[in-house]
Amino acid sequence: MAVSAELSLLRQSLADEFCQFINPAFVIADAETQRPYECDGLAIYTAMPLLVVLPETVEQVQRVMRICHRRNVPVIARGAGTGLSAGAMPREDAVVLSLARFQSILGIDPVARSARLQPGVRNLAISEAAAEYGLYYAPDPSSQIACTIGGNVAENSGGVHCLKYGLTVHNLLRVELVTVEGELLSLGSEGLDTAGIDLMALVTGSEGLLGIVTEVTVKLLPLPIAARLIMAAFDDVKTAGDAVGAVISEGIIPAGLEMMDSHAIVAAEAFVNAGYPIDAQALLLCEVDGSAEEVTEQSARVERLFNALGASVVRVSQSEDERALLWKGRKSAFPAVGRLSPDYYCMDGTIPRGQLSYVLTEMERMSDEYGLRVANVFHAGDGNLHPLILFDASIPGEIDKTEEFGGRILELCVEVGGCITGEHGVGVEKLRQMNVQFTAEEIEQFHRVKAAFDPPGTLNPGKGVPVLKNCQEYRAIDAAALAT
Amino acid sequence: MSDQSQYLLEQVHDARSSGNTLNIVGGGSKRFLGREQSADATVELADHAGIVSYEPVELVLTARSGTRLRDIESTLAAHGQALAFEPPHFSEHATLGGTLSCNQSGPARPWNGSVRDAVLGIRLINGFGEHLRFGGQVMKNVAGYDLSRAQAGAFGTLGVITEISLKVLPRPEASLTLAQEQDATGAIQAMNEYARCSQALTGACWVGGFLYLRLAGANSAVTAAARACGGDVLDDESFWYSIKEQQHPFFAGEQNVWRFSIKPDAQHWREDGEWLIDWGGAQRWLRGEYNFATLESEAMVAQGQVGLFRGKQRKGETFATPSPGVKLLHQRLKKAFDPQGVFNPGRLYSWM
Ligand SMILES: Cc1cc2nc3c(=O)[nH]c(=O)nc-3n(C[C@H](O)[C@H](O)[C@H](O)COP(=O)(O)OP(=O)(O)OC[C@H]3O[C@@H](n4cnc5c(N)ncnc54)[C@H](O)[C@@H]3O)c2cc1C
Repeated sequence: MAVSAELSLLRQSLADEFCQFINPAFVIADAETQRPYECDGLAIYTAMPLLVVLPETVEQVQRVMRICHRRNVPVIARGAGTGLSAGAMPREDAVVLSLARFQSILGIDPVARSARLQPGVRNLAISEAAAEYGLYYAPDPSSQIACTIGGNVAENSGGVHCLKYGLTVHNLLRVELVTVEGELLSLGSEGLDTAGIDLMALVTGSEGLLGIVTEVTVKLLPLPIAARLIMAAFDDVKTAGDAVGAVISEGIIPAGLEMMDSHAIVAAEAFVNAGYPIDAQALLLCEVDGSAEEVTEQSARVERLFNALGASVVRVSQSEDERALLWKGRKSAFPAVGRLSPDYYCMDGTIPRGQLSYVLTEMERMSDEYGLRVANVFHAGDGNLHPLILFDASIPGEIDKTEEFGGRILELCVEVGGCITGEHGVGVEKLRQMNVQFTAEEIEQFHRVKAAFDPPGTLNPGKGVPVLKNCQEYRAIDAAALAT
Repeated sequence: MSDQSQYLLEQVHDARSSGNTLNIVGGGSKRFLGREQSADATVELADHAGIVSYEPVELVLTARSGTRLRDIESTLAAHGQALAFEPPHFSEHATLGGTLSCNQSGPARPWNGSVRDAVLGIRLINGFGEHLRFGGQVMKNVAGYDLSRAQAGAFGTLGVITEISLKVLPRPEASLTLAQEQDATGAIQAMNEYARCSQALTGACWVGGFLYLRLAGANSAVTAAARACGGDVLDDESFWYSIKEQQHPFFAGEQNVWRFSIKPDAQHWREDGEWLIDWGGAQRWLRGEYNFATLESEAMVAQGQVGLFRGKQRKGETFATPSPGVKLLHQRLKKAFDPQGVFNPGRLYSWM
């Protein structure tokens, strides 16, 4: 029997089974209704799923998992599909399990400062709901209007406030996980630690390869009483990079410390009119927050420091509106850059901050080599670089060229002591670069960890960790390329 | 103060081929933690020491696992920085590797994070005798599973940690401690309330009828917060040091020390018990002879866990009983790292 015929039989019989306990409207078998699920935020990778299912209770998730386990069918968890590494990309033999209907905030505890959430709750909705208690959830990815807390756990997502307040992993108390066998586990607790191997940390950032996150309890922090943003423009990137180091050397840990290069500045300014100086080579946005006294004192120090380092423009936000406007340019940098070109490709490497000007110079050189423009936004405080490569997918060969360029940027990050992904995950996209960052033995260790959680290997297979066979092939190709 | 990785690898290979088990020892300062050690031989990490790299402006330090906390802290202090998780030493020999394996953090933990939170990457020799590197030396790294943070609390059962990279932070410009007379119930309420509204809190501990609050940060912030809280100003360092190092009179004597890690606002119970409440209510110490199972059911009510921290009887379990699913994962992960069961047999649980 042809593969496709076999799959369509499987599709039908699985759908029948699911429809016995899930509203048939949420068991999606037809191609047209499945279409929105064919990719995540990295739209150059697409595939159609076997079936999409949207359960609405944990019990239903468990039943779906048990059935798929019994029938050895792969399962791909999906939140909002904003991921940028094709982590939630379907495959034709796999069920896409969407957590989109798990949108309830199960409880906010203003005294213990925590929120209990279903996995499909949007990141921003947490802070919105906590605001009435003077609390908020700190990690704030730029996609926070749309992305889900389940997806944040799966990617260990960061945001512009991570330098001071940490990543997702630092802000979790408890995670409920449905295993590949359909068992429900609770990891972590309402306390600050639990005995034994830190399984909650291990599951955080595991890209849906170790289990399905069905509930998350996060820490909430008191809203800062005051916050101020200091914007500084510089004539060269090196000085801006030094200025970042200088702030840290002052003993100040800013709430956010972001950098944009000239391409990103021009694009963002055209997009939101934030008042960015468009002739600058680099722009720093430094936010300090805390008590009113602390903010006044620290913002004055940062302002003095930027001036002393020769900033061409320094502007300190004088109102909440002004602060929001200055941030808006940065937060919409991706779509803003997107307007400059039919398509853009967002990379996510990390580097030791001291390597910034070297990395940017190398990147400019490669940009010339490939004939592709690249704009940079940078979580400068924690060394997380987001080069945006501008390309046109309608030009034959340009996607391949872009991917190759992107891959070389990541390899450059590893070369200077950084890594291939700071917050977007490996997904499908960076499988190949995993071999640059890790040895075959390390990758084998990852596979053994995966097998401990997922013995049959049916949770989001083919993502996150390359299979060794491919590693050897990639290495052989790279060796051959070097030899010529 | 040198790189002994080669020698460490040899010891692991020897153990593998001879079928021996190994007890991993850093400075021996946490020997009293966990179940009684019973291995055929020891691997000593104390000579595998030294700071490998430290860039103050990068806020990152990498050191060999046998490096003493003391040496790390004095190096950091010279640059106005510190380990924000305030690790307890329990002896001058305490090492960085032991601190991570045993997941030990001090009074600032609820506000500044734990040792696990500060870890960025590690190198580890697994039970296959392979020297592996996970995580990185940069603030953010999500490539591959987070096998660095997973080590926190594993008590060396997954392998010999040989090197650790950590995020470090500037020392606060100012800090100040206030004492207020309170009963335990009032103190728990107050701790949670202060944690909810104060930006400057970095310690909240109750013992002997007094609530101690530590405020830290910019000078101006500390002064303002102190005004808002009220209470008598106290000699800072010595109190928090005595809590962190368990040298406070509360910890004196031979009685068992039980550690509860629970919801910070959990209601105070066993009013007649001998209690010390730290971490803003989330870590509570109880002295005395109790039945472990009874305490475990009490911890469940408080939405957390309990374990025997210091005790004479360490042949039985000392850590909270995991759920069957979590136990199964521990067993499978142990196999994934150390299929022959070479490292620290029975240290964490009798069954692994
Ligand atoms: C414009 C834009 C800006 C962005 N900015 C940031 C940023 O600042 N910082 C940042 O970190 N990321 C950013 N991202 C990336 C993305 O938003 C995050 O990775 C986010 O956490 C993904 O959440 P999601 O709900 O969309 O997950 P999805 O894309 O649906 O899934 C992501 C991965 O998680 C898995 N997954 C999802 N839900 C679950 C679950 N419940 N259980 C188990 N596995 C699950 C999936 O299988 C997949 O592997 C940005 C994306 C866009 C499009």
